[in-house]
Amino acid sequence: MKRIDHAEASSKFIKAKDHLDFHDQRLWDLRKKRDRESESLPEWQELRSLASAIKEHTLTHLADFLEEFERNAQANGVKVHWAKDASEHNQIVLQILESRRARTLVKAKSMLTDECEMRPFLANRGIEVIETDLGERIQQLDNEPASHIVLPAVHKLRTDVARVFAATIGTDAKNSDVHYLAESQRQHTRPHFLKADAGMIGANFAVAETGTVVVCTNEGNADLSMALPKLQIASIGIEKLIPRIEHLGVYIRMLSRNALGSPITQLTSHFRVPREGTEMHIVLVDNGRSERLGMADFWYSLKCIRCGACMNTCPVYRRSGGLSYGATYSGPIGVIIDPTFNLRKYSALPFASTLNGSCTSVCPVRINIHEQIYKWRQIIAERHQLPFVKQEAMQIAGKVLSSPKLYRAAVDAIGASVEHLPRFMLYNPLNAWGRQRDVPQAPASTFRRWYIEHRTKNGERK
Amino acid sequence: MSSRDEILARVRQNQPEPRPLPPVPMFDAGLSTSINTFKTNLIRMGGKFVAPPADGNLDALIEKLFPDARVICSATPEVKGNLSIDKIGNPQELNEVDVGVVRALFGVAETGSLWLSEAQYKVNALGFLSQHLVALLDPEAIVANMHRAYQHHGFFEAKYAVFMTGPSATADIEGVLIHGAQGIRTMTVIPMSTQ
Repeated sequence: MKRIDHAEASSKFIKAKDHLDFHDQRLWDLRKKRDRESESLPEWQELRSLASAIKEHTLTHLADFLEEFERNAQANGVKVHWAKDASEHNQIVLQILESRRARTLVKAKSMLTDECEMRPFLANRGIEVIETDLGERIQQLDNEPASHIVLPAVHKLRTDVARVFAATIGTDAKNSDVHYLAESQRQHTRPHFLKADAGMIGANFAVAETGTVVVCTNEGNADLSMALPKLQIASIGIEKLIPRIEHLGVYIRMLSRNALGSPITQLTSHFRVPREGTEMHIVLVDNGRSERLGMADFWYSLKCIRCGACMNTCPVYRRSGGLSYGATYSGPIGVIIDPTFNLRKYSALPFASTLNGSCTSVCPVRINIHEQIYKWRQIIAERHQLPFVKQEAMQIAGKVLSSPKLYRAAVDAIGASVEHLPRFMLYNPLNAWGRQRDVPQAPASTFRRWYIEHRTKNGERK
Repeated sequence: MSSRDEILARVRQNQPEPRPLPPVPMFDAGLSTSINTFKTNLIRMGGKFVAPPADGNLDALIEKLFPDARVICSATPEVKGNLSIDKIGNPQELNEVDVGVVRALFGVAETGSLWLSEAQYKVNALGFLSQHLVALLDPEAIVANMHRAYQHHGFFEAKYAVFMTGPSATADIEGVLIHGAQGIRTMTVIPMSTQ
């Protein structure tokens, strides 16, 4: 499998200046809104600790909670399925649909079904799948994956959406008014809701105590997907479990405040028992999660509640766009999750970070994201998964840094060269770090030189 | 071995050392449960707040609020409307509803949210297929925050339960806020004691 070259992919995004500027500002605006919410709650830090601790308790007792969840869901009249991996998940969903001769499926946004690449799988087998979240629908119609886990089309401008909708749902290509575009998608989607044979949702939380599936949305599409068709399916990653209903208080208070800077999503929906005369299925999906649980350094990433705060605050994500990560999960959380799916394919991603730790400091479940990024870099270097140029440069750096003499010679040479060499020599293709980075002004003298001079002058040396 | 047993076995084998489950405080000392706090937070989330009619005639008030509405469907006996929810066979029939009317079981002051379930809606789609929603709320039936809200027994009894906070909304295109995404375009809360 081809290695994702994040730097190369992001260079395309960076070239579109108006897109880049908007993207950067929009996400930073969400970060600022999040800060206002966090400052308005005196118990904010305590809620973060609770959110983290409840998840850690759940994950360290996950098998019991999964069994409890299954038992309660079954008692509620829900059919529970288990999928080891993406392909088994897709097969199960197909079988459920075929068992009821369902040909059309309306679905709410779900990162898990994206992770499983379910849409193309079902489409190839004659099932019409309609994404009903506006952002996800834009991406579906444009044949592009979601670029952000909360805002799938955040990398697009209104003119891009106008182009996509004109080509697909027949809007006026010249009209990029946002109200017009959103209303057009609403009008176009409503008939699909009304005629759909089946509806599908993901899950933000799954409550073991009651077998309840909880979904936090703003558009009303998840509730419509569940309130209309006779057949309903919820796909749930096994890490979404929480022990009890009362624990929702902690997570619901944190999720939208961190994601969008709003106190709550417009809708927080709890599905426990199927509607009278209808059928509900739950698919519990592993797809690498149980394995991640056994990774001493990395199992904490399973605490993630998918708020996207780490993406919004990340300077690299904001300036490279989610698509440049080439993975379902992008941004800081993606950087630590993706290598568990495929180390080689995603080996460049842990380098898409400044290690400034901003992701860790905003994370509502206190995942040590930047420390995990650093640990992934170590693993990737140990397993020789570094791209060739970076590897060569690091070996040279290793030699230089381990020898004081070589180091001093190199520092003097760099000081001179940064000042006098033309840019093309500093920013040549062999310097993997030079791309998209400016070298800071070199100081007039090194500390060592300054130290030697001053100590000698004062006669304290020798 | 079934996938189920395989997953559970691997989870069991890989689970890190047990960590304790902390108690969750209510964080509600000194918090307001007043209708005014509810109102402020509801409006922030795009909801509307309308004082109850002096003469008690809710049907007349709703007609005045929605002069163009042709179909008004009420799930509460306090409002008559012109389409009876009891006559609905398939939820899809509610697509013609201009204004749905319902009585919420309780509200949450912290967020301006309403708690609703199939017991209130009769047909859940009323809260989503209708173009507009009017909800009655007893000003005494307000809890301070989400921790208090999740203490409610309704979560153990309802098949479906939802916190609705203002109308359906999206900001998926350039962050421009649109009320009326896939569900209701407006939500109007009228504070009225349960009769």
